[in-house]
Amino acid sequence: MVRLEPRRQHSQAMVYLSPVLAILMTLVVGGIIFAFMGKNPFDALYTFFILPINNSYGISELFVKATPLVIIAVGLAMGFRANVWNIGAEGQLTMGAIFGGGLALYFHDSESVLLLPAMFVLGALGGAFWGAIPALLRTRFNANEILTSLMLTYVATLFLSFLVHGPWRNPEGFNFPESRPFPDAGLLPIIFEGSRVHLGTAVAVFVVIAGWLLLSKSVIGFQLRVVGKAPQAARHVGFRQKRMVWFTLLLGGALAGLAGLFEVSGPIGQLQPSISPGYGFTAIIVAFLGRLHPVGILFGGLIMALTYLGGELAQITLGLPNAVTGLFQGILLFFLLASDVLTKYRIRFGSIAAKGRTA
Amino acid sequence: MNASLVKRTLAAVAAVGALATGMGAAQAEDVKAGFIYVGPIGDHGWSYRHDIGRQAIEAELGDAASTSYVESVPEGADAERVIRQMAQTGHNLIFTTSFGFMNPTEKVAKQFPNVKFEHATGYKRADNLSTYAARFYEGRYVAGVIAGKMTKSNIVGYVGSFPIPEVVRGINSFMLGAWSVNPDVQVKVVWANTWYDPGKEGDAAKALIDQGADIMVQHTDSPAPLQVAENRGVLGFGQASDMIKFAPKAQLTAIVDNWDKYYVSRAKAVMDGTWESQDTWGGIDSGMVELAPYTNMPDDVKALAEETEAKIASGEIHPFAGPIYDQAGELRIKEGEDATDEMLLGMDWYIKGIDAELPK
Amino acid sequence: MEWIVPFILTVITASTPLLLAASGELITEKSGVLNLGVEGMMLVGAIAGFAVTASSGSASLGILAAVAAGTLMSLIFAFLTLTLMANQVATGLALTIFGVGFSALVGSGFVGFAIDPLPALSIPGISAIPIIGPILFGQDFLVYLSIAAVIGIAWFLSKSRAGLILKAVGDSHHSAHAIGYSVIKIRYLATMFGGAMAGLGGAYLSLSYTPMWAENMTAGRGWIALALVVFATWRPGRLVAGAYMFGLISVMQLHAQGAGIHVPSQFMSMLPYLATVIVLVIISSDRAKIRLNAPACIGQAFRAAQ
Repeated sequence: MVRLEPRRQHSQAMVYLSPVLAILMTLVVGGIIFAFMGKNPFDALYTFFILPINNSYGISELFVKATPLVIIAVGLAMGFRANVWNIGAEGQLTMGAIFGGGLALYFHDSESVLLLPAMFVLGALGGAFWGAIPALLRTRFNANEILTSLMLTYVATLFLSFLVHGPWRNPEGFNFPESRPFPDAGLLPIIFEGSRVHLGTAVAVFVVIAGWLLLSKSVIGFQLRVVGKAPQAARHVGFRQKRMVWFTLLLGGALAGLAGLFEVSGPIGQLQPSISPGYGFTAIIVAFLGRLHPVGILFGGLIMALTYLGGELAQITLGLPNAVTGLFQGILLFFLLASDVLTKYRIRFGSIAAKGRTA
Repeated sequence: MNASLVKRTLAAVAAVGALATGMGAAQAEDVKAGFIYVGPIGDHGWSYRHDIGRQAIEAELGDAASTSYVESVPEGADAERVIRQMAQTGHNLIFTTSFGFMNPTEKVAKQFPNVKFEHATGYKRADNLSTYAARFYEGRYVAGVIAGKMTKSNIVGYVGSFPIPEVVRGINSFMLGAWSVNPDVQVKVVWANTWYDPGKEGDAAKALIDQGADIMVQHTDSPAPLQVAENRGVLGFGQASDMIKFAPKAQLTAIVDNWDKYYVSRAKAVMDGTWESQDTWGGIDSGMVELAPYTNMPDDVKALAEETEAKIASGEIHPFAGPIYDQAGELRIKEGEDATDEMLLGMDWYIKGIDAELPK
Repeated sequence: MEWIVPFILTVITASTPLLLAASGELITEKSGVLNLGVEGMMLVGAIAGFAVTASSGSASLGILAAVAAGTLMSLIFAFLTLTLMANQVATGLALTIFGVGFSALVGSGFVGFAIDPLPALSIPGISAIPIIGPILFGQDFLVYLSIAAVIGIAWFLSKSRAGLILKAVGDSHHSAHAIGYSVIKIRYLATMFGGAMAGLGGAYLSLSYTPMWAENMTAGRGWIALALVVFATWRPGRLVAGAYMFGLISVMQLHAQGAGIHVPSQFMSMLPYLATVIVLVIISSDRAKIRLNAPACIGQAFRAAQ
């Protein structure tokens, strides 16, 4: 029998130790699964966790992969703290890419240095616009944002599909579903020569810091923290829930839109039917892996990105099917999410008396 | 739990494991071929067929070749990394099997001049980057001939994925085949807006049958439309694989993707140093497009289908032989001429007589 | 008008998997638990149902296996979120990732297998009555089950004592605990019911709707089911309306395309999603009523005070 015994205070040590424990547990369970599949477990774990980042190119790719996850998750975390359930970041990402990317297509022979900043603005606006709809429907018509934001994701994806199959199709592209390539002035500059690390990665770091400051120093950050912890109290103090809904959905949408723009004006370089492998959904997990804290999200995003890179290499070098990556990711996430319990509780074995203290 | 389930599950897991062991081991081989798939190999459609081609390399070339693959690679920022990792891990022949991988393949090919790249269904080539695709429209012409003979309602239902040239070309070719034997056939097209959603594909087929179609054609990946045809007692064609198991009473034939020969030949070319950048567009004659056994039809139709297939293989019939007009009545292909490959590649217009509007 | 009957039959098959999965999730959410892992549970249900049916030849065993598999998946979720108090939203998403991978792994040996679809009910004479015969008396077992489940759930929530307790737990876990109900135990049961029904929804796909196994064959239906629970404002009657409306519009847009409507197909495909939003907006305007139905404690971890 396992029992949980609440700690008087949250364990500071456990805040940092619990993810490590979770990863250790994953290594053990993952190793057993790999062994069962006829792989050397040490090889497999090495392939998943070390091989992807044992050279500078791998590390740079880790940043590229984590960039959209982190940017989106910081925005979402603000909403989740205020109990605003925006699960349509994928749609907001798509709209950001359409708005910002559309500008690059309209000025497809531009050489202006203003193009890229203008695309940033439009990308953020596009995402914010798509986040504003659920905000309006929630505050004005009381419509639940879980449903509206999710449904609008399908609409945005289909709209992008319409554009690249139709009016925005590359006139020189044999009618294949893709836009023109963006002009050079509409492409993100590369920060590290020889890699794909682009300006968006720097923005992601900035977003983390800004998010941290917003939460810890600003009035609205204070409100977000209180609303999340004690919604009743917040209502008594008179924080206006509506303002919170608007703020978090606009911010979350704008950041998702920006992330979408970074994908198309960074590594992709054009609009095409599929621009994101579900970053908007994965970012929800990243937000919680990071315990809704921007700095935590940075680490959460990197770990999540690492599992994707590791999964690719496990397929290439070990021939493990993609399904195993999903399985393994699931298990890792289970442990990481469950390990949070250790910060608030001690685990005790035995019915009443403590037999062994593990935490 | 049911014992045979356990057994089968274990067998499945073990099979995956065995497959995997066979792949990782080889080191200093002549050919190390890498494959990038857009879908899961378990989709029983496009990626599944490419993977069967990959297995053919291993089966035919034995120890001289090793292969590996990455499945479900998104057509976005990830593709470039996966392709590059293939190149970095010692693969000397890399197949990228979806149109959306074109630009990343081109980019990585530039950075790895000693690695040979092969991109399916695209149009960008380089010294170390070939393109290949299959003339599935030839198979669709044969299917059209069969449909023209077999339909009683003169309405054919066509489940399309997306209005891209590949699919539009297929619809045109199918109808040219149908009209060659029965000028009264009409086609109704429903776009599913997905390559792969069995439920939706099946629903689209049901809608078409409800509107009078008695022949189902599909350009989506799952066997669902054909299954619906079987249930509703109409006829249809399989896609990508022989789907006779799913529709023993409904499948007339299937237009099968067969990459085996091509993949083996390209791997051999790398082994003996004769690999050159080229543009391959293989049809029935090359074996890349295969027609599954003709079933559920009378002998005369079967004979006609076999004859048409043979004539296309020999070049006697070109599905797009002029004169061909588009819906606006404009002469696109002149009398005595055949469509050029470039025209076929970018086809975004319906031929005259198709009573549907192509989304622009 | 002869297309009417098959049209209705198509709508029923398109709606049933949504209804099965959503009705389970409705009970889960009513107890205050938000499980976003429906898609993953459906997929595992789909492969379990298919694998057992294909191996044993018995669809009944397949359906039982799907129920068991869905329940086991929900138990993972329940243990993590109820016992270990992990975040429900993130754990649900992780469950979907896990389910997609697990079902693909188990299913790799079953790609390309064909099985007979679930038999439809056939009552001599009655099933042959025009129009109502095939619609009311010609469906397969799972369709009737989906309707029966909703009726049962409606009765359970409004009339039974256990249903009142379930709602109490979802609305105020502390009060429910204070009165002496075991909040965690009740939530475990509600979550398991959600998993079982999601498993059935998956089995309906792989055994009846499109009798086959292919990776990711749910193609997002678990997400739609989740949205429908919100759409229904946690009321069983509206759940039926929502699932059937979604199915109806999905099928209608395909029919409209076949009939040659000149609107880009992408816009046609948007219709079911847009309609869901618009109808939700209309029915949500009455604030008081919504608040009465929404489980107040949804998504919150519960820990009995010591």
